[in-house]
Amino acid sequence: MRDFWRRFSRNRGAVVGLAIIIAVMLMAALAPILFPGSPWDMAAAPFLPPGEMGMLLGSDSLGRDVASGIAHGARVSLMVGAVSTIAALGIGVALGAIAGYAGGWVDDALMRFTEFFQTIPSFILAILLVAIFSPSIASIVFAIAVVSWPPVARVVRAEFLGLRSREFVQAAECLGKSRIAIMLGDILPNALSPIVVLASLMVATAILLESALSFLGLGDPNLMTWGFLIGSGRSVIRLAWWMSVFPGVAIFLTVLSLNLVGEGLSDALNPRLARGRS
Amino acid sequence: MDPARLPGFLLRRCIKAAIVILAIVVCNFFLIHAAPGDPASVIAGQSGAADERYLAQLRAQFGLDRPILEQLWIYVRGVLTLDLGYSHRQQMGVGALIAQRLPATLLLTGAAFVFAVVGGVTLGALAARRVGTWADTAITVIALTFYATPIFWVGLMLVLLFSVVLGWLPSFGMYTVGADYSGITAVLDTGKHLILPSLTLGLFYLAVYARLTRATMLEVADQDFVKTARAKGVPEGRILRRHILRNALLPVITLAGIQAGQLIGGSILVETVFAWPGIGRLAFEALLARDYPVLLGVFFCTSAMVVIFNLFTDLLYALVDPRVEVQG
Repeated sequence: MRDFWRRFSRNRGAVVGLAIIIAVMLMAALAPILFPGSPWDMAAAPFLPPGEMGMLLGSDSLGRDVASGIAHGARVSLMVGAVSTIAALGIGVALGAIAGYAGGWVDDALMRFTEFFQTIPSFILAILLVAIFSPSIASIVFAIAVVSWPPVARVVRAEFLGLRSREFVQAAECLGKSRIAIMLGDILPNALSPIVVLASLMVATAILLESALSFLGLGDPNLMTWGFLIGSGRSVIRLAWWMSVFPGVAIFLTVLSLNLVGEGLSDALNPRLARGRS
Repeated sequence: MDPARLPGFLLRRCIKAAIVILAIVVCNFFLIHAAPGDPASVIAGQSGAADERYLAQLRAQFGLDRPILEQLWIYVRGVLTLDLGYSHRQQMGVGALIAQRLPATLLLTGAAFVFAVVGGVTLGALAARRVGTWADTAITVIALTFYATPIFWVGLMLVLLFSVVLGWLPSFGMYTVGADYSGITAVLDTGKHLILPSLTLGLFYLAVYARLTRATMLEVADQDFVKTARAKGVPEGRILRRHILRNALLPVITLAGIQAGQLIGGSILVETVFAWPGIGRLAFEALLARDYPVLLGVFFCTSAMVVIFNLFTDLLYALVDPRVEVQG
């Protein structure tokens, strides 16, 4: 564990990313204290530029505090990112591992299934699912999980397919280990580094997807989100740039840090590669 | 791959693609049918307020009162004869509506895709080659930046910079309204309008391909067969091209095939931001208006396009990697 942390902290970007994510988490946790009251309430005159009348990041077309909206939006983004990634990983790893290890018709059937989900343009599918189940936090998480698992299944399958004919797997088979034990105990640990890296990217992608959905007006109508802020600032961008710029910066920083942490994890988990890099 | 086995391989893949497309048609139909909102009341709403009897008459007129399986059969039969239905809202056949919007989307996604693949693989290969130098760091930072930025926000920021502040490029549409250009000036005009949307759509995927190419090249460069080649005295440039890049391209090809659909999905956002008259915006307008025939048609067309694109990448994969077994 100490060794892992040492390798992780050697990647400066990853440490910075981790710090930013912790800051965003703190902001999300402290949002009700930092900005008491609803982010939907009018707090000042409309169209105030940043810094005026106590509006740190300006106010929007209805006089709402942009900074308050960003702080409250952080809670939604982080929650949606984490929950939908866990759900998508569960589906993707299970299906990919079975397909790659079993091979034959099982592989074929599962890959057709995966391909089917990949073939429907995923963002359009997400829009459709959210619209069908009416915009809410649950339908958004569900939609993101449904469209996010196929890449995991593909990567895991490819890893398993490459590893299953290797000697150590054959040795484990000769020892009479059960299939599940081989899949979980022998192959999966060797396939873990691409999965971990993919997972960190998926949290980031989920946050981007959520913001895109709420940008198009498909966000949870009761929750202030970053995408909604940008969407509502879009039509007045010539008049009030701060309305669309700052929420975008918030998304950018959060997603970037997640990616940086993912890279650090990859270095720490795959020291062979990291040594070649440094 | 053995060239003699190519026709059989192609045939099997085509049959599979056809089955996938059929499944998509059926699935889309049920998916859209589960959507809340009654198309009859939407049509009625567009022609003024309506009572129950008028609604019933509309349902009978458009077959919305028939059993769902019968509606499905009518739809599947229609699609198989390339009849995608009629949009009551737009007063136009869906096929014609999509055909009208398709070239704009193909132009946008095509430009973005070429830009992303060529730029991404080049930058990724450069970064992997000069691992640890400032060039690697710069390329990695650029890739990370665009990977982390919401696509619609990139579009808005580009509009803010190049249209609002600098005034260099147009911020919406596909051609200058009211300026009846023809010939080469029309092409140039559209090209000018194309720059910002295709950059917006392409930058994200450029970042994806650059990251992936770099990662897989580093992974492959560490493998034993590369060391063997180096020990044999194979020139470094040849190792890079024949041994590393060729193996590292496999995941990129896979991803490019998979992302054909995502590219079209992303074009909904880009087309929304830039008012680009393509099928992405058509789909979103149709969803808001509950215009079922148009939505079903757009889904069918985009999905079919992706299936065909995947067919190409499968073939390319088999040609690039001789180890891939060519079975159905």
